[in-house]
Amino acid sequence: MKIPLSYSFRNLWTRRLTTILTASGIALVVFVFASILMLSEGLKKALVDTGSYDNAVIIRKASDSEVQSGVERIQASILETQPEVAIGPNGIGLLAKELVVLISLPKRGTDKPSNVVIRGISESSLTLRPQVKLVAGRLPRQGSSEILAGQSIAKRFRGGGLGETIRFGMRDWTVAGIFDAGNTGFSSEIWGDVDQLMRAFRRPVYSSVIFKLRDSSEFEKFKLRIESDPRLTLEVMRETDYYAKQSEMMAKFIRILGMSLTMIFSLGAIIGAMITMYSAVANRTAEIGTMRVLGFRSRDILAAFIVESLLLSFTGGCAGLFFSSLMQFLTISTMNFQTFSELAFNFTLTFEIIYKSLSFSLIMGFVGGVLPAARASRMNIVEALRAN
Amino acid sequence: MQILKLIYKNAFRHRLRTFLTIAGISIAILSFGLLRTVISAWYVGVEASAANRLVTRNSISIIFPLPLSYQEKIRQIDGVKTVSYGNWFGGVYIDEKNFFANFAVEPESYLELYPEYVLPPAQKTAFLRDRKAFMAGRKLAERYKWKLGDTIILKGTIFPGDWDFVLSAIYKGRDKNIDESQFIFHWDYLNESIKKTAPRRADQVGFYMVGIKNPIYAAEVSNAIDRTFKNSLAETITETEKAFQLGFISMSEAIVIAIQMVSFVVIIIIMAVVANTMAMTARERFGEYAVLKTLGFGGPYIIGLIFGESLLITSIGCILGIVLTFPAAHAFGSVMSQFFPVFNVSVKTIYLEIVSSVIVGITAAIIPSYRAVNIRIADGLRRIG
Repeated sequence: MKIPLSYSFRNLWTRRLTTILTASGIALVVFVFASILMLSEGLKKALVDTGSYDNAVIIRKASDSEVQSGVERIQASILETQPEVAIGPNGIGLLAKELVVLISLPKRGTDKPSNVVIRGISESSLTLRPQVKLVAGRLPRQGSSEILAGQSIAKRFRGGGLGETIRFGMRDWTVAGIFDAGNTGFSSEIWGDVDQLMRAFRRPVYSSVIFKLRDSSEFEKFKLRIESDPRLTLEVMRETDYYAKQSEMMAKFIRILGMSLTMIFSLGAIIGAMITMYSAVANRTAEIGTMRVLGFRSRDILAAFIVESLLLSFTGGCAGLFFSSLMQFLTISTMNFQTFSELAFNFTLTFEIIYKSLSFSLIMGFVGGVLPAARASRMNIVEALRAN
Repeated sequence: MQILKLIYKNAFRHRLRTFLTIAGISIAILSFGLLRTVISAWYVGVEASAANRLVTRNSISIIFPLPLSYQEKIRQIDGVKTVSYGNWFGGVYIDEKNFFANFAVEPESYLELYPEYVLPPAQKTAFLRDRKAFMAGRKLAERYKWKLGDTIILKGTIFPGDWDFVLSAIYKGRDKNIDESQFIFHWDYLNESIKKTAPRRADQVGFYMVGIKNPIYAAEVSNAIDRTFKNSLAETITETEKAFQLGFISMSEAIVIAIQMVSFVVIIIIMAVVANTMAMTARERFGEYAVLKTLGFGGPYIIGLIFGESLLITSIGCILGIVLTFPAAHAFGSVMSQFFPVFNVSVKTIYLEIVSSVIVGITAAIIPSYRAVNIRIADGLRRIG
């Protein structure tokens, strides 16, 4: 015969203060755990989803990022004539020769400067990135000092809003339009005409060449041919791989810090649950003895106490998850160590995180409850009845 | 003195519970200490910066260079003592995972500007004499087991190609907060090679380090430098080394704030655990408190008992936590040495650990004391369990 669930529930309810304190300890741990997972998920979204699998990025060999890279005009022209480049509806190859540099811009409100990526774009750049959508204003005219600002730039940097101007390269640039690229890294960029920007920054070379593959499966063959071509000292990567590499260090940092934090914190919460459950057992010694006399077996008692502990931690887990879900309204902006540029990303909640956090809270409850429950189940009936 | 004995006996009446609570506190204090150390490691560059050094860089952003010809112009400015310059090289040793800072600098003036890099005179001459020589920090040389005379190859990311260097000096930090994991080599080596491969990029430097005669005039000298190059093709921004370092940190401010918040969260978690222990303890002893009251002991005595017990438990946990902080910081520091070249537990961190444990001890005792004092004697005596 099983002990009803309401028994465990009522026990928790009777000692509300203790229950609330223990559950809030667990809630905080789950909050931290879920927030860190959400943070890495958001970072992954911001950097990995920035690229498309069918696009190839070409940068100078061993240069790691577009900012450090340089692609000579002649090399870019050679790439333009490759047969693997997909042809767009107007008969022009879907290939963009781009310039990527960092400029230091003051933030709104604080005036603190931060490094922002500025990308010189060609005609096909927008077609190559379907996730980028114009939300306000219009596209900049070719050959003019007009720029497009990402939504996160428009919000947070001085002079980034529609119609405002930003000064760099000894010129004033008018923001003609605002684009939205969702949670991707493009939202923290400024885009302008590549030829104008090259002149303004006095850079005679492109930073990278990006194109859509005619057939995605031709990538390996193309990579091999380009990288062994003696005229070109270039490296070919899929756009998704390129952006994953950019976030490697940041992702590793968040992972190490996050995992060591949750490990340590969960120890604290497990100890909290253990204290509560041990005292729950100690206070109810006579009660346990009575139940044994009534015919409940020791494994029923074991189950009842474990269920009580699980219930306790699950309550905490739900509370923690609820508060961490509020973090979704927050945007984190920080410097990517690898590119030295500003990067904004959101806490992102997924079903996997919900499921992971709740199971984590249950594991904590189980680990905290199993020893006290074992003690309760192994009590000698006569001695237990004699207590108090 | 009876009260101390009573507190001690009370604290260890439930051995297991007290032991678990102490373990919880020491873990919390330990992680609080680690997080605080992470934050101070973040600011280590700021602490290590000197007031008499200025950094001049291109006003567009750090990735744009300045012409070499600015060196003489800066030297002519009133108040300037030494001018050194360099480039962030961004080389990779074997694999990208092996990250360390590597700079090309003008070595003689650079070492003059940085007296905190201590190296034996013989090694110093060897380093200055050979254009392919480099000097490495003690920690860096230890990490990769480099010995003097070894040839090391870095793969250039900003400046393409494989570059070979000879280790001819190993420097030590004069103070504890000096980064001993840097790789510093001759700017001339870089420049002469670029002249051959990419002449367009030659004779350009990433930054100027300017040593000034009197730190009081840092602002005036900075302005004078920036004014000199106003409206030129490469305008400059000059700021003190400290401001320059702070600028870098402010860009990653969000992470620092997050870590700071988390370090408080752990204290709140442990507050809940200790408060729970104290609440349970007090609840079990309401009968005893009633007896004490009957015997004529007043409220303050009972409050003293509860606070004393709470503080005793937290301080034992706190001491354990502090003791554990050092080996834990050492272990964590060696795992994260790529991110934090300097990872030392500061005295301030230890003070913060003590303060937070006292706060936890006091907060945890408030509600139980309030209840114990306000309970009526008859109710207390009647209460069971």
